[in-house]
Amino acid sequence: MSFRERLQSWRYNLVPDHLVGEILSKRWTDNAIPFLALVATLGVFGSIIPGFFKPMSLQESTRQLGEFSLVVTGMTVVMLGGGIDLSVGSIFALSCFSAVFVFFILEQSVWLALAASIATGLLFGAINGYLIGYFRLRAFLTTLVTFIFGRALFDILVTTYAADVQLSDATSDVLDFIGDDTFWGLSVAVWAAIILAIITHVALTRSRPGWHVQAVGGSRRSAHNAGIRVRRTVFMTYVFSGFCASLGGFLIACRLSGAGPGTGLNLEVMALTAAVVGGVSLGGGRGSVIKGLMGAIIVLTMTNGLIRLGYGTGTNQMVLGIMLAVAVTIDIRWLKNRHKVLDEVYVAPVYLKMGATQSAAPGSGTPYELDNRLSEADHIGLGELEGPEDVILDRDDHLYCGTRHGEIVRFFAPDYKRSEVFAHIGGFPLGLAFDKTGDLISCVGAMGLYSVSPQREVKRLSAETSRSWTSIVDDARLRDPNDCDIAPDGRIYFTDSTKRYDAHDWALDSIENRATGRLLVYDPRDGSTRTLLDGYRYTNGVCMAHDGKSLFFAESWACRVHRYWLEGPKAGVAECVIRDMPGYPDNINRASDGNYWMAWLGMRTPSFDLSLRHPDMRKRMTRRLPQDEWLFPNINTGGVVKFNEKGGIVEAMGDLSGAAHPMVTSMREHKGFLFVGGILNNRIGRYRIAGADPNWTSPASNWGAKA
Amino acid sequence: MNATGWLNWRSLNQEGIVFAIAVVLFIAAAIGLPGFINSNNLVAIVRSVSVLGILALGMAVVIIGRGIDLSAVAIMAMSVAWYLQLLNSGTSDGLAFAYVLAGVLAIGLLNGILVAYAEVPAIFVTLATASFVFGYVRSQLITQDAVPVPPGHWVELLGGLRFLDIPVEVFVFAGLAFAFFLFLRYTKWGRYVYFAGDNPVAARNIGIPVRPMLVLRYVLSALVSLVAGLLTAASLHSINTRIVNSTLLYDIVLVAVIGGIGLSGGRGGVRNVLVGAALIGILLNAMTIIDIPLLYQNLIKAAILLAAIIVDGFINPRDEQTAQQGDI
Repeated sequence: MSFRERLQSWRYNLVPDHLVGEILSKRWTDNAIPFLALVATLGVFGSIIPGFFKPMSLQESTRQLGEFSLVVTGMTVVMLGGGIDLSVGSIFALSCFSAVFVFFILEQSVWLALAASIATGLLFGAINGYLIGYFRLRAFLTTLVTFIFGRALFDILVTTYAADVQLSDATSDVLDFIGDDTFWGLSVAVWAAIILAIITHVALTRSRPGWHVQAVGGSRRSAHNAGIRVRRTVFMTYVFSGFCASLGGFLIACRLSGAGPGTGLNLEVMALTAAVVGGVSLGGGRGSVIKGLMGAIIVLTMTNGLIRLGYGTGTNQMVLGIMLAVAVTIDIRWLKNRHKVLDEVYVAPVYLKMGATQSAAPGSGTPYELDNRLSEADHIGLGELEGPEDVILDRDDHLYCGTRHGEIVRFFAPDYKRSEVFAHIGGFPLGLAFDKTGDLISCVGAMGLYSVSPQREVKRLSAETSRSWTSIVDDARLRDPNDCDIAPDGRIYFTDSTKRYDAHDWALDSIENRATGRLLVYDPRDGSTRTLLDGYRYTNGVCMAHDGKSLFFAESWACRVHRYWLEGPKAGVAECVIRDMPGYPDNINRASDGNYWMAWLGMRTPSFDLSLRHPDMRKRMTRRLPQDEWLFPNINTGGVVKFNEKGGIVEAMGDLSGAAHPMVTSMREHKGFLFVGGILNNRIGRYRIAGADPNWTSPASNWGAKA
Repeated sequence: MNATGWLNWRSLNQEGIVFAIAVVLFIAAAIGLPGFINSNNLVAIVRSVSVLGILALGMAVVIIGRGIDLSAVAIMAMSVAWYLQLLNSGTSDGLAFAYVLAGVLAIGLLNGILVAYAEVPAIFVTLATASFVFGYVRSQLITQDAVPVPPGHWVELLGGLRFLDIPVEVFVFAGLAFAFFLFLRYTKWGRYVYFAGDNPVAARNIGIPVRPMLVLRYVLSALVSLVAGLLTAASLHSINTRIVNSTLLYDIVLVAVIGGIGLSGGRGGVRNVLVGAALIGILLNAMTIIDIPLLYQNLIKAAILLAAIIVDGFINPRDEQTAQQGDI
């Protein structure tokens, strides 16, 4: 290995590039930026303001924070639903006045004051909600106008009643407790904010109305088409926002024992900035209460910090303006470009030097030498089928295959002219196997392991295995279950080809070439799924050995076949039995003569082998070229290979014309014929095997003669 | 502009209705209010709406292009305040004006670029820049809320200028209105405003430089704000930055919307601004003569604006096909 290659292998095989893409694909990365901003803000202001973290100082600032976060929580819900509420400041102020009016002027109880506050908030919220939800007015302008209206009303009321409030001598212990005291070390405002945040969070993430809000914000039209009452949902978000603002207003009324011209001034811009800085998206559908709270802490710390540092009038607005502009821009750009960034960095190729191989060219004289025999195969279902990845025959000679449309199609014996949809599973049914009772077991790409009874009942057997602790991407989910076979004791051994890509992105996996394929076992007795082996380059075909004590599985992108021992002295060990083949192996099945059939889905090419030694080149390729100009494994030529128990190659056949079976992903021997399928093919081939046992069938050899 | 005849009829009708209301209001005030129909008061009405009307012209161009400029008042007050502060602290007039002009252009460009190229909704961009402009100028560049015009400066002289007993801002308003009319109606770039406002995607597809034109509109609006600010300072001999927190901004939107310029863009023109300004001017003047307190005037204006937006929502319903996600 040259020095360059050694460097490349260290660079690309030891540096975990793939983690960047995996982290970016996580939704919690959305929280990372506001969280870092929060830590930075608290750190900076905590260190430059003396006594910032002192309990007394925190006490006072958290009281304000409690009121503010209530308002932000309401704003967050409105924004999640795709709207915006600029009237929170005036609702806050009017609710504050309502409480003050009821308590100080009417001299009623605190609870009645609270009720008046909430009623004010609900009323204004309902007006907003009615105009925006039912009249479908523009949220921004409508709430702007109700804001001016509310503010004007508040100014009139405050100037009219200011003197009366001053003269009132109403007092209440409850009011003082809410305004000044603490409960378990926290003020009532903080408790209210925490409780409301928890309830709102649970409601948004775990209740039907909350899901409706998120759905409407995510896509209004789709939500409407799904039968959600969009207008009512929008209406409710504004009512909720009014409610939240009114709680805040009540609390400030208790704290200040009055209302002044400054109450709630600029609150709407602050709350909006807080929500956006926290990462709640404009236009809806993305965000959470927690994000809103983070934003609330950031904004309040900044504005209060600047006041305490003694900066003059206007500094607050300046900083709010900058924060709002920066946060909105980042939010919009991030939303728009996140998937582009992800596309760019997700594919993280590794270095691999493939071993030298023997030629498969006709006339080369090697055991892999391909001929033109498969081109003589009859065709079944020509033009009716799309993507029969695997084919299988039952005891009554009927032929089954999966299709691209998520169906299992059955062709009727003896002439296989008639067909029907046997079952619809969804996904992309790949590997097939019959168990002892005649249930058809299928590995369904992108879904999991399924069984279909002869009565066509579809049942999911497994969709996940245990999660590994160190993986960032969720590797419990089966992303690409590929082929399965069933041991004599009934356990189903199957492969999951990759953890990094979904089934249809298998080509990306071949370019990345990272070893994330697994061998798994499903135990029908307790329904458990276990991972047996991990770290292979696209595990593919699985086949029990004739004696049932071991199994063969194919590792496609490494062009190898392994034998995994189930019992005996080597139980639990995998050994490589065929290496450095000239083709990429796919499914493996038993042959009547004690050997095994193996499909080649494509052939190695010197160019692609070379590219595997240049991960940097493949990385550039995936970033800079459109997908149809990428270098892929050659899947235009394939074949069928027979190998023996020891891994020796017996024979190979192909379709050199490329017309009928350019690539082969599976083959099944049945009564002297070989049935051939291909994942990109439009037919199933039937080829008469010279000298094969005309009575041998797979079910019979596996499970014994018919009961 | 309008695809179908009946829509055309109805939007014409809105303008007509507003005009009729203005006329009725004028007649009622002339009959009912003493001192309304004398030449001084009439000049006062036109004068009072001049600055509002000039600002509304800038706003109208932005709104027709399917945007909104909430930073107009902040730019108007703060640019002039900074200008006067520079003059008061001894900077030469030319240099001070160059600074301010550069600042105004920079904010207009910032608005336009963020809206056009970063694709941030206009309301948020201009809300943020309004807050920033006010905060930055107030905290860093000037020392107090109100900045006086230095004695003998041309701005002061401008305020005293009269032709035929009519203050100069009326002529400026008339001139600008005519210029905007020519721009919107007869220039290529002016027609682009309508195309981009009516359907931005289609406008872009047929090859109109939608983004540079967007930037142009916000720069235009910023410059118009500067002019309005200078006229304000000229008539009051000082500029009070507290005006940023007043309802002036909403009055501007009110003039534009009530005159019949649809907020969803692509509709309206200078005539709508004039009609809207006439109604608001008469209304404000009448309320002042009746001696309604300023706070109640705000309440009434808010109520009218709300009604205008509701009517606008019915007459120009949001086009779900061209409205984009996040267009709030």
